[in-house]
Amino acid sequence: MGMTLTEKILARHAGLERVSAGQIINAKVDLVLANELSAAVAIAVMRGIKGADRVFDSKKIALVEDHFVPAKDAQSAKLAKLMKDFAQEQKIEHFFDVGRGGIEHVVLPEEGLVAPGELIVGGDSHTCTYGAFGAFATGMGSTDIAAAFVLGEVWLKIPATIKIVYSGTLGSMVYAKDLMLRTVGELGIDGATYRAIEYHGSTVDNLSITGRITMANMAIEAGAKNGMFHADAKTIAYVKERTDRPFVVERSDDDAEYERVIHINVDSLEPQVACPHTPDNVHPISEIAADDVMVDQVFIGSCTNGYIEDLRIVAKILEGKRVASNLRVIVNPGSQKVWMQAAQEGVLTTLAAAGCAVNTPGCGACFGGHMGTLGDGERAISTTNRNYVGRMGSPKAEVYLASPATCAASALAGKIADPRALELAAV
Amino acid sequence: MEASLRGRAHKYGKNVDTDVIIPGKYCNIVDIAELGKHALEGLDPEYTSRMKPGDIIVADRNFGCGSSREVAPIAIKGSGTSAVIAKSFARIFYRNALNIGLPIFESDEAVDGIESGDEIELEPATGVVRNITKGTQYQAAEFPPFMRSLIDAGGLVPYVERRLAEAAK
Ligand code: SF4
Repeated sequence: MGMTLTEKILARHAGLERVSAGQIINAKVDLVLANELSAAVAIAVMRGIKGADRVFDSKKIALVEDHFVPAKDAQSAKLAKLMKDFAQEQKIEHFFDVGRGGIEHVVLPEEGLVAPGELIVGGDSHTCTYGAFGAFATGMGSTDIAAAFVLGEVWLKIPATIKIVYSGTLGSMVYAKDLMLRTVGELGIDGATYRAIEYHGSTVDNLSITGRITMANMAIEAGAKNGMFHADAKTIAYVKERTDRPFVVERSDDDAEYERVIHINVDSLEPQVACPHTPDNVHPISEIAADDVMVDQVFIGSCTNGYIEDLRIVAKILEGKRVASNLRVIVNPGSQKVWMQAAQEGVLTTLAAAGCAVNTPGCGACFGGHMGTLGDGERAISTTNRNYVGRMGSPKAEVYLASPATCAASALAGKIADPRALELAAV
Repeated sequence: MEASLRGRAHKYGKNVDTDVIIPGKYCNIVDIAELGKHALEGLDPEYTSRMKPGDIIVADRNFGCGSSREVAPIAIKGSGTSAVIAKSFARIFYRNALNIGLPIFESDEAVDGIESGDEIELEPATGVVRNITKGTQYQAAEFPPFMRSLIDAGGLVPYVERRLAEAAK
């Protein structure tokens, strides 16, 4: 019996010939990530560990200020400073402060800190994003992160893998986000708990790196431990442009064992929307657009859809138009690099001219932190990944999740709208 | 670890997520007692005023889904809640609870057999769940041996200390 990609990476990092689902291993990590919230707790835990004064390797830790920065209040400033001081004390090489980073999961791939075959753990549930590059990456809590800071190792249970095979061609105005929302809808929010997901098929082979990032990012929305793509020429080119670190490209064996295989054909897939209050409450846009769902806020950003490709899509739709008067549109470019690229291309000006508020990079409204928190009775459509009660602020607010195109179309219409209708109107 | 835990049950549905356990706006709080004041605020704002120390949260499938915020189990612990019984736990919450020493019990039958207000007694060491009010008893799922050894050691921190001490020899 062969091994899956996840099993191969974990076996190699545990120094074992082979592993199988259910086994518990100790594995060496290539990178440990934390943001100012998870780091604050992890640092406190580390301070309490007898004999632990140094991190295991100051080059293999990445610390990114992103959730409550630029500090929204004195308490947030305290956490940001705590992480910064720790970074200085421990001589952490990859520390990203305001103005030099952005959202952790956008920054790490951009900076060449993620490569195929690596094992990355992070104090953030969307660490699974790096599966887009064929890395094993998973989120953990702060105590696990503190242990990884010190030991450079983590204990892991080998997950069984669910293989999803996509076929067909995405229609116009249908994107990786729609594909992933549909997938989460199909699996359910605990459908892949304790499992790895492997994405296969011609549809995902044709996706850009950004599209794969969007899909790997939301593996956790089905409860998965990690979400894996196989590295291909696109992946290798992307990574080699950013680092000269050697890496290992592996593939699942043909006779690897899968717990389940799911087939999804996308030929007739419409844009999808996750309705309140779970990411698996997914419906095709035609159903939702028919209901005149009025919107108070459109949010464009996050580690799911805060990339230059996403901003370009939104700008293309909004170009020369004004967003509807009944709503506000808030845009958080995912990183400083995305922000600069968008500025150079004129994307930011297009967005601002259309009436969007463009923020500094960071998580912002995604988790209800700041810069666009929803009030009682407000409704948002957002390019983010979660819509639980209270996710973007008030527990009496509603969040719909959709692609950047669907969010942009909704921004023009003032209510949740089908982006495909724009094309028809243009003809 | 205490031999047994006792308190009244507060029962909730499935998919109790970390955003309702401790809303994002409180995630910059580090004080455990302060976090505890907001436990379950997004789901049941009255929980912390209604519950008494030692009380037990009982929930359906997938408790703790969503983010990796360790402040979620910390807030529950900080509120004085002694344990959580659920049909299943989300992966990261499960690890975090073990790591910080919040006792968790996984059992379909126990959840189905408990109503809000029932008096419950729990034995963390054996996984026994007793419903004193109804006179019933259940056995929660066993932990795999490695996790059992982590729990018995008192969580992940003592485990790391042991590893460091071994490495220093
Ligand atoms: S953008 Fe949203 S989902 Fe991504 S790391 Fe920030 S808060 Fe989490």
